[in-house]
Amino acid sequence: MTVSEAPSGPASIPALLARNVANHGDKPAYREKEFGIWQTWTWAQAADEINAMAMGFLALGLAPGDHVAIIGRNRPQLYWSMVAAQMCGAIPVPLYQDAVSEEMAYVLDHCGSRFVVCGDQEQVDKILEIEGKVPHIEQVIYVDKRGMRKYDHSRMNAMADVVAEGRAGHHRFEAELAKRTAALDYNSTCVMLYTSGTTGKPKGVVLSNRNIIETSKNSSEFDHLRPGEEVLAYLPMAWVGDFIFSIGQAMWTGFCVNCPESPTTMMTDLREIGPTYYFAPPRVFEGQLTNVMIRMEDAGRFKKWLFDKYMAVARRVGPDILDGKPVSGADRFSYWLGNILVYGPLKNTLGFSRVRVGYTAGEAIGPEIFSFYRSLGINLKQLYGQTEASVFITQQPDGQVRADTVGVPSPGVEVKIADNGEVFYRSPGTFESYYKNPESTASTKDAEGWVATGDAGFFEEGTGHLRIIDRAKDVGKMADGSLFAPKYVENKLKFYPAILEAVVFGASRDFCTAFINIDLTAVGNWAERNNIAYSSYQELSQHPRVLEMIRGHVAEVNQSVAADPMLAGCQIHRFLILHKELDADDGEMTRTRKVRRKVIEEKFADLIAALYGGKSEIYTETEVTYEDGRKGAIKATLTLADAAVAPAQRMAAE
Amino acid sequence: MTVQVTEGYTTADGRQIGGVMMEMKNITLRFGGVAAITNISFDIREGEIRAIIGPNGAGKSSMLNVISGFYVPQEGEVWFRGAKRPPMKPYQVATQGIARTFQNIALFEGMSVLDNIMTGRLTQMKSSLLSQAVWWGRAQAEETAHREKVEKIIDFLEIQHIRKTPVGRLPYGLKKRVELARALAAEPKLLLLDEPMAGMNVEEKEDMSRFILDVNDEFGTTIALIEHDMGVVMDLSDRVVVMDYGKKIGDGTPDEVRNNQAVIDAYLGVSHDE
Repeated sequence: MTVSEAPSGPASIPALLARNVANHGDKPAYREKEFGIWQTWTWAQAADEINAMAMGFLALGLAPGDHVAIIGRNRPQLYWSMVAAQMCGAIPVPLYQDAVSEEMAYVLDHCGSRFVVCGDQEQVDKILEIEGKVPHIEQVIYVDKRGMRKYDHSRMNAMADVVAEGRAGHHRFEAELAKRTAALDYNSTCVMLYTSGTTGKPKGVVLSNRNIIETSKNSSEFDHLRPGEEVLAYLPMAWVGDFIFSIGQAMWTGFCVNCPESPTTMMTDLREIGPTYYFAPPRVFEGQLTNVMIRMEDAGRFKKWLFDKYMAVARRVGPDILDGKPVSGADRFSYWLGNILVYGPLKNTLGFSRVRVGYTAGEAIGPEIFSFYRSLGINLKQLYGQTEASVFITQQPDGQVRADTVGVPSPGVEVKIADNGEVFYRSPGTFESYYKNPESTASTKDAEGWVATGDAGFFEEGTGHLRIIDRAKDVGKMADGSLFAPKYVENKLKFYPAILEAVVFGASRDFCTAFINIDLTAVGNWAERNNIAYSSYQELSQHPRVLEMIRGHVAEVNQSVAADPMLAGCQIHRFLILHKELDADDGEMTRTRKVRRKVIEEKFADLIAALYGGKSEIYTETEVTYEDGRKGAIKATLTLADAAVAPAQRMAAE
Repeated sequence: MTVQVTEGYTTADGRQIGGVMMEMKNITLRFGGVAAITNISFDIREGEIRAIIGPNGAGKSSMLNVISGFYVPQEGEVWFRGAKRPPMKPYQVATQGIARTFQNIALFEGMSVLDNIMTGRLTQMKSSLLSQAVWWGRAQAEETAHREKVEKIIDFLEIQHIRKTPVGRLPYGLKKRVELARALAAEPKLLLLDEPMAGMNVEEKEDMSRFILDVNDEFGTTIALIEHDMGVVMDLSDRVVVMDYGKKIGDGTPDEVRNNQAVIDAYLGVSHDE
C-alpha cells in the first residue's frame, strides 16, 4: 500500500468508533470490574459516553490543537477521554501514572497542556503540587470522586459532571463537535507519547492517524485478530504498546478492552476475563513463573511428582505440537494426558486458558521462561518495536518462534542493517516528528524516512530473522580491544530467578564487573525454606549464603559467555550485590524499567572504584526517594566478591 | 478542660463539629475491690474524632467496653443521643448504631474477607433464619442489597484483591483493615477503635490513619479511638481524654493536652520521694 494516499476507510479514531457502532453497536466494547462486578459498555453506549464527554470538553473551552494530558490507571473513562479529545481536534497525551510530580512538570510544561484528566485524588494532588511551575493548566478533570469533596473546584470538575454538562448542552455543541470531528484526516495527530528516555529528557513522539491506523490494520491482519477478541488493559496508558493494543487495534478490529478493578487484583481479573490476545513484558512472565515454582515447592510430594513428570513431557514435545511439527502418537497421548492433569489447570490458574496470541517485548526474555509458556501450549511470541515505529518493527509469525530472535519485519516495514551493525527501519508507522525538537527529529529520521533504532543487530542467515545484540551505543571495547556487550551478559544473569536486575561495567577496562539486584520474592522464599533469618532487604542481600548462590550463578554465566569467542572478554571477574533495588523513583531506571547506565555509574562511582580497586568490603551511603517524593539515605557495608572465570579462547578475539 | 461548649465548634482544619452525641457522667467501674475507672465524665460530639489515651493499665479499654455496653458501670450514667441508656447487652448497643474493632483482632479466621464483612450487616438484616437458610424470596433480595453496601466498603478500604481470601491467610495489617471494614458495614453512628495501629509498621500506620480520616470525612462517622502512638493520636484527633490509674487527668485539644503538666508527669514519670 502506498503511504501517501488517503485511505478509503475511516481516517481517524473517532471515525473508526462510528464504524464500529454501525457494524456491531450492541457488542461489548469496554468492561471494567467495579464493586466486584464486571460492568460492560457496548460500542453504542461507549460512543454515547464519548460524545457527551467531548461536548463537555467543548463546554469547558477545549480548543483544536490543545494537548490534553491524561494520567491514571487503565480505566474506560480515561480511554474515552482520549477519543473525546480527538473528536474536539485536541491531542491526547497520556502520562505515566507512577511518575513523581517533578517528572510530570517537565512533560506538562513541554506539551503546554491546558487540560489535565486525572484518574483519582492522588494524581490531582500531584498536579496541584506543580501548578506553580506549569501555569498554563486551566482545567483539571478527575474520574474517581473519592476524597475530592473539599478541593477548590473553581478550575476543577468531576468527569461525571463534565459528561452530564455535555449531554445537557448537546444542542449548543453538536454542530461544533461534528465540524471538528469531520476535519480530522489521515495526517492529523492521533496521539503524542513521551519516550521513557534512557538518556536525557523525555521526547514527545507525535504519531498521526496514518501511523496508528495503518499499523493497527497491518498487525491485526498479521495475527488474524477478530472482533470477538478479549484483551486485558493493564499496562501503563502512556506506553505506546497500550495505545496500539487498547485503542488502535481495538478500534480497528472492534474487540473488547477489559480494565482490571485495581492494580492489585490484576491476576484475579486476568483469570476471570481469560483474554484471547495478551501482551506482557518479560518481567510479568518471569514473575508468574516464579510464583508457580514457589507454590510447587510448597506442594505435596505427589503433586510435585506429577508436575515434574508432565512438565518434562511438555518441554520435550509441547513446542513442536504448537508449531505443528510431526510428533509421535505416544508423545501426543502423554501430552493430552498432561493437558488434563497439569497444563490445563495451570493455564486456568494463570488466566491463559483462552490465549490465542500472546506477545512479549521490551526486553530479552529468558529461553527457559519462554519455552515454559510455549510448552504449555500458549502461543507466546516476541516482537521488536519502539514508540517511534508505533510499536511494530519485527514480529514472529506463527510456527517460527524462537527465544533468541525477534522475528521477521512486520507487514509494511522495511528493515536494513547499517555498516556499524545498527538497525534501521522505514514503515507507515514511522512517527511524524519529536514535538518541539526538530534537531532530534532530523538526527533520528533521515530524508528518506529511515529511522535509527539505536540497537545493534543482524539478520540470521537462512531464516531471515532479526537478532538484537545490544544498544548500539552501549556496545564498546574493553582495554584490550575485545568486544564489550553489557546487556548480553546482563540478560543471561537475569534469567536466574534469584537475580532481578544486573548492571555490567567494563568499557575500556581490563575486566568486567557487575552489580546484582536480588529478587526479593524468589530469594525470600529460598531463605525461608533454608531457615535463613533476615529482617530487611538489605540484610538478606548481604547474607553470606545469598552471596554464595549468586557467585555460583555468575560462574555459570561466565562459562556460557566463554563459549562465544566474540564475547569471551565479557566474563564477570568481580561483583557485588546492591543493598537497594534499582528504582525509577531514584532515576536509576526508566519508567519502563530499563537501567540508566550513566546515572548508575555516577551514583555508585565509589562502588565501581572499589570493585576495580580490589577491596573486599566497602561502606556506602545512598540517597533514596520515597514514593511521595521525600528523600532519605540508606547506609550499608557491602561485600565485594570474586567470581570464577572460565578459561576463554581469547585468541579468537584478535 | 477549657472548652465547655454546647453548640459544637469548628476544628483547626475547618470541619464543623456538632452537639453532644454521647455523654459519660461520673462513671465508676469496679472489678471486686479493684477500681478500673473512678468517677470519669466526658463527652463525644457529633462528627469528631475523640481519642482516649493513657499509660498501660490506665483503664482505656475498660472505658471503651463501657461505651460499647460490654461492661455496666457500678456508678454513673451513659447518655446517648439525648437519652439515658439503661443497662444493655452489647448486641442491643450495636443496633443503636455503635460498632467497634478489637485490640486483639476478633475475626472469623476460616471465613473469607467478604463473608466476614457481611457479618457486620447482621444487625440490619430483617429476613428470618429459615428464609436465609433456604435462600428464597426476601432473603435473596436482601443479600444483594447488603452485598452492594459491603462492596462499597471494600472499594473504600481498597481490599478488592483479598475479597475471597480466608482471613486466616492475611497479614496482620490487612486483618486490621478487614476488622475496620466489618465495623463500617454496620453503618455506625459511632465507631469505637481499640488500638487500631497496634503492632503496625510506619507505612501501615499511615494507611490506617488515612482510612480513619476518610471514614470520618466521607461517612461523617463519629470516632472514638484508643491509641498508644502519640504521634498518631495528636495528628488524628480533635479532642483527647487522658486517663491514668482509672482517673481522668486531662481533656482537651491535642495542644492543650500536650502542655498539661499532669499528663506529662503520667507519661514521663515523676519522682515520688518529694
